[in-house]
Amino acid sequence: MDHLLSVWAWSLAVLQALLVLAAAPLLVGWVRRVKARLQNRKGPPLTQPYRELAKLLTKEALVAHTASPVFRAAPYIVFGATWIATATLPSLATGLPSAAVADVVVLAGFLALARFFLALAGLDVGTAFGGMGSSREMMISALAEPAMLTAVFTITMTAHTTNLSGVMEQLLGAPLALRPSILFALGALALVAIAETGRIPIDNPATHLELTMIHEAMILEYSGRHLALMEWAAQLKLLLYGTLIANVFFPWGVATVLKPSALAFAALALAGKLAVLGVLLALAETTLAKMRLFRAPLFLNLAFLLALLGMFSHVILEVGA
Amino acid sequence: MTHLTLLDQAVFVLAAVVLFTCFALLTQARLVATLRTFAWQGGLVAAVTALMAAAHREPHLYVTAALTLVLKAGVIPWMLHRWVRRLGLDRHVESLASPPAVTLAGVGLVIFCYWVVLPIERMELTATRNVIAVSLAVVVLGLLMMVTRRQAVSQVVGFMAMENGLFLAAVTATSGMPLVVELGVAFDILVAAVLFGVFFLQIRDAIDSLDVDRLNRLAEGMEQE
Repeated sequence: MDHLLSVWAWSLAVLQALLVLAAAPLLVGWVRRVKARLQNRKGPPLTQPYRELAKLLTKEALVAHTASPVFRAAPYIVFGATWIATATLPSLATGLPSAAVADVVVLAGFLALARFFLALAGLDVGTAFGGMGSSREMMISALAEPAMLTAVFTITMTAHTTNLSGVMEQLLGAPLALRPSILFALGALALVAIAETGRIPIDNPATHLELTMIHEAMILEYSGRHLALMEWAAQLKLLLYGTLIANVFFPWGVATVLKPSALAFAALALAGKLAVLGVLLALAETTLAKMRLFRAPLFLNLAFLLALLGMFSHVILEVGA
Repeated sequence: MTHLTLLDQAVFVLAAVVLFTCFALLTQARLVATLRTFAWQGGLVAAVTALMAAAHREPHLYVTAALTLVLKAGVIPWMLHRWVRRLGLDRHVESLASPPAVTLAGVGLVIFCYWVVLPIERMELTATRNVIAVSLAVVVLGLLMMVTRRQAVSQVVGFMAMENGLFLAAVTATSGMPLVVELGVAFDILVAAVLFGVFFLQIRDAIDSLDVDRLNRLAEGMEQE
């Protein structure tokens, strides 16, 4: 029985990994669609990101003659690390065998690995834009990472575990409580997510304007399947942050038992939560203007302050109350 | 945390948001936005008072909450805003010396306040006694704002924020002072706001600016003559 159960659990974990891979372009398509509607445009169909990926995958990958093996390996490493991070995050059910890896510190490590190789790839060919993009990305991430970790640690202090699956089970099991620390952590993590996934007001995902681009500048030299993997990794990262916010702060609906009905409900709940988050993101991107790059530290300073206040309100207000 | 009622938990959430508005005040360079944040802070303190009234069945706190809402979220910000408009400072943007450093100093002060208040919190007070540390932090952050700003109007806002902190402590730790005292304090604050307005005009007439640093420089200049 135990043996069968573990086979079932493992196959679910694999299914979850494939599901996030398939769903990531859809989320981006949804955000683009809502944004287009808000701007009185008709917008591309929801399947447009899939078509773009399919087109890029069939095209020839051109590599600059100055490129080193790092440049060729980077797309696979970036894609692989982001995929593992997204796949192990408990998106449908807690307690899957892959959840043992879904530790916040490991998650941050995978993201850092992907970012490191992305920045290296930007520098590798030796063009001006690539280097500029890498340096900007490093500046943003150096400020965003402490804020993200502080925010996540605030939640783990409440749940007494750094395993995300454990955090969700803890929050689902506890009676409803208004916790200022979690409110602040949510704010901080939302700001970090915007900065890390390269959305307005930090970076604009829809433009190649040389003065402002960050993510696009680093992948400017890529083409064909390499570019497809880089784009897909970026879409996975958006899904990762969306799922993290949706499932850690609003864990209702996540399956705690591995029954098909509970899993189907969890998938529906997650789709609903991500759709709402996508609308909010599109709203924010439509109403805000992109910031000057030198204002980005202020934005991330706010995120860090929120995360710190979350930690303080946990220590000051919630412990011993 | 979970043994408290939802109303008490809501008090905690609002108190934490009050602390956040303090940091917003510290780093806000635009004068009009500062006044708006200050009005929000007053509104939040009033909301905490109303919640305490509901949670602990203290009807007199409703009067206090209404008074706070009218005075601190309405009349005083409105009066300060009128002074700012009359002095032509609507679009004034203060040059802050290194907002991140001020924020970090504020964070350090919050930790210090927590440490100072620890013995008090062990005493048997109301369930929301943990808010005392936050209230003290609001007082100290108001003081920090008065120290770091050079504009007379924002110094006054810092002073008023300190009063908000004291009020928060009184309401959450001991379910409010006697109504007579509260009325007295409220009108003191109102009178202070009026007097500050007169001072603004006096300072402006004397040095043609509201930059308080120039008060020193003028005195030194006169000594040299």
